[in-house]
Amino acid sequence: MIQIECPFCGKRDQSEFSYGREGQITFPALNADENSWYDAVFLRKNTYGRQIETWQHTHGCRSWLLVERDTVTHKIFSVKLAHTDWQKQIKKTT
Amino acid sequence: MALQVTRFSAWNVLKNGFIGQSGWSRQWRDPEPKSKYDIVIVGGGLHGLATAYYLAKNFNLKNIAVVEKGWIGGGNAGRNTTIVRSNYMLKGNREFYEHSLKLWENLSHDLNYNVMFSQSSHITLYHTPSALDSAARRYNIMRQTGSDAEIWSRTKLEKKIPHLNYAKNARFPIYGSLVQKRAGTARHDAVAWGYARAADKLGVDIIQKCEVTAIDRKGQKINSLQTNRGKISAKKIALAVAGNTSRLWHLANLGNLPIESHKLQAFVTEPLKPLLDQVVVFGVGGAHFYISQSDKGGLVFGGDIDWYKSYAQRGNLPIVQDVAESAISLMPCLGRVKLLRHWSGIVDMSMDGSFFMCKTPIDNLYLNAGWNYGGFKASPASGWYFADLIANDRPSEIIKNHDLERFKRGHYIDESGAGPDTKLHG
Ligand SMILES: Cc1cc2nc3c(=O)[nH]c(=O)nc-3n(C[C@H](O)[C@H](O)[C@H](O)COP(=O)(O)OP(=O)(O)OC[C@H]3O[C@@H](n4cnc5c(N)ncnc54)[C@H](O)[C@@H]3O)c2cc1C
Ligand SMILES: [Zn+2]
Repeated sequence: MIQIECPFCGKRDQSEFSYGREGQITFPALNADENSWYDAVFLRKNTYGRQIETWQHTHGCRSWLLVERDTVTHKIFSVKLAHTDWQKQIKKTT
Repeated sequence: MALQVTRFSAWNVLKNGFIGQSGWSRQWRDPEPKSKYDIVIVGGGLHGLATAYYLAKNFNLKNIAVVEKGWIGGGNAGRNTTIVRSNYMLKGNREFYEHSLKLWENLSHDLNYNVMFSQSSHITLYHTPSALDSAARRYNIMRQTGSDAEIWSRTKLEKKIPHLNYAKNARFPIYGSLVQKRAGTARHDAVAWGYARAADKLGVDIIQKCEVTAIDRKGQKINSLQTNRGKISAKKIALAVAGNTSRLWHLANLGNLPIESHKLQAFVTEPLKPLLDQVVVFGVGGAHFYISQSDKGGLVFGGDIDWYKSYAQRGNLPIVQDVAESAISLMPCLGRVKLLRHWSGIVDMSMDGSFFMCKTPIDNLYLNAGWNYGGFKASPASGWYFADLIANDRPSEIIKNHDLERFKRGHYIDESGAGPDTKLHG
């Protein structure tokens, strides 16, 4: 079974996590044109091999992670928090 | 060069019984690839082979090749759980799948090859009165498209399928079911071989161990395909590579697609005496499970996709556990049956769970993809309409909304209403 090393919780079975999407996707501004929203919502690179993707530790600390994984061998190269700038983000919104 | 293929008939079976089965010929040729074809179909799965057959048969076209990187039927064609049904609800899908079912009904005769299509009924179980109401809505829509549908009560089910779990204290007691009697299963390998043999007979070159490794594109046109068996040029090129669609798309430098590759597992048990006549589907409370019994006696079943993107043709344990749990809760009598094999295939999951059969940004490239976990049943109609698209260079009315641009138009064909997340359409 795939195991993912959560930065908070340590190495856990894949069944504790849910797969999100390709990590390079960033959502455009709300008033961006329809084409950039179309790209972000509907189109996928669908890489054969090494890719960065998001996973959520749903049945653990619930953080979103950026995982670098080979989609053919399932080997994982790195795991880090997706929102490293969360403190900055919170300041911005409050 | 044409090969004399012995026809299958009662007479030939009898005759060969007397001559030690020595009168059978090779079933199809093994030609070297030519350097030029009118039409090259990439992918020797069911859809590629069926397309070649109908191009030759319905449009009398010659000079066609199917190129397959492995062996025909080695992809999802030979890995699926072989369920054939037409209980779709949305416009476009329902006419398409009903046409497919009609083609299945005569396929063995048409191909002169026994595909062992057995219309043993497809039973979708429901567990609450409201779920059965929504099944009745689907029933009405199916009947309007000319498909058959019945609602069976729990009492009738108990008589017809005695081994299901009818316990009153089951976590999800069975309440009733939607039944399609014309649905059932077929032998997947036979479908691949039958189409290959029939297409070959009409002059199609079926070229195995021939992988497309590069695409020579000049602006709006593809000139040739680079393969491990040399360069092949073609006037028209058609992709039918299921889980590998994005890879070919990138080879042609066409950017991203509304498709993600996921893996779907299937399971078969040791052979048993006849236990289950129908295909039974159980889907409630997060479970998703379908089961039938093969002619050899093994119980064939499957569940959800593995929930994360993957090109590995092997499954992961959480789904093995999920599927085993569903099996036991639906048919407790399976508790001590041994699992014989399990495997997985790479399915081309689309953003709305429906397929793509369309022209592309390249003038002479045609796309057949996005079959999710359900393209086996589609094979005959897929070949039929894809051949029509390639031959006439325009989609027929039925599939005109199954194009790549539909999301831009807001025209989703989303049977389950799950939204634009491929894994939710499993
Ligand atoms: C476990 C499982 C269970 C399923 N159960 C059902 C079911 O019960 N009912 C149902 O309707 N559907 C089911 N499906 C779906 C169905 O099997 C597929 O949708 C269908 O087989 C896909 O079409 P195909 O047969 O043409 O694909 P494939 O057989 O996968 O054909 C594609 C071919 O393209 C070839 N190819 C790829 N790249 C290249 C290249 N570069 N050059 C040359 N060739 C290439 C591959 O080798 C492959 O043979 C299931 C699928 C799986 C995996
Ligand atoms: Zn965690």
